Amino acid sequence: MNSLGDFVLVSAMLFGIGIYGLVTKRNALRLLFAVEIMINAANLNFVAFGQYAPFASGTATVSNALGQTFVLFSIALAAAEAAVILAIVVVAYRLHKDVDVSELKSLGG
Amino acid sequence: MMVVTVGSAIVALEAEEIVYGAIGLAGSLFGVATLFFFLNAPYVAVFQIAVYIGAVAVLILFTVMLVRQEKWAKEVKPKSLTTVAGVLTGLAITVAIALAVFAANISSFVNLNNSATFVDIGTLISTSDSPVLELLALVLAASVVAALTLSKVERREEQA
Repeated sequence: MNSLGDFVLVSAMLFGIGIYGLVTKRNALRLLFAVEIMINAANLNFVAFGQYAPFASGTATVSNALGQTFVLFSIALAAAEAAVILAIVVVAYRLHKDVDVSELKSLGG
Repeated sequence: MMVVTVGSAIVALEAEEIVYGAIGLAGSLFGVATLFFFLNAPYVAVFQIAVYIGAVAVLILFTVMLVRQEKWAKEVKPKSLTTVAGVLTGLAITVAIALAVFAANISSFVNLNNSATFVDIGTLISTSDSPVLELLALVLAASVVAALTLSKVERREEQA
């Protein structure tokens, strides 16, 4: 659990699981889970590639901090996205008594 | 930690009850946070635990409890063809990414072994990345307004 390859492998597996969830699931909450897992896979990649580099120069600290800063922004965005999706899920449930996305066919309010 | 992270992600999607799925998701997010610790990024790890497990996972759990209904708490299983297609797509993408990354000879990458401090991250956010921060603040405000508007629309629908 030390080389860059290990982290990238975990990230690729998480991304694959997220894709699997997006393809097979019809429950809106499960789709949200799948998206969150994929976002985490991307975040893990950012931090891993910030920490490992093909060079060891004086700019290393900057590249490391840059990856982490990107992830901080990404986490904040993902939290906002989750809040909006959950609000949509609650409204869809109140209106249709269901959160199965294949049943939600009307987009008109 | 790798096993916990990936295993919890599978539980999140495959658990019978969606409540257990939400707990599995929290476990997976916690696993990613520990991987951030391994990567010398304690600030991001703590942020991840505070925001994802402290806010998002709890928000999801409360939503599940609020709108819980037996009909979809135990959802209908998808057709076997869809499941096979999903597994194949996920596997194909995982293998493709893994092959591409390992073909790029990343084993030559060295660990920089220098943890970015709070000061480094803060300096970056408040100088070159400050427009992004302001944009992010606007997006967050817009999402809060959007969530509030959605709840208002719903009340109007109920009155009608």
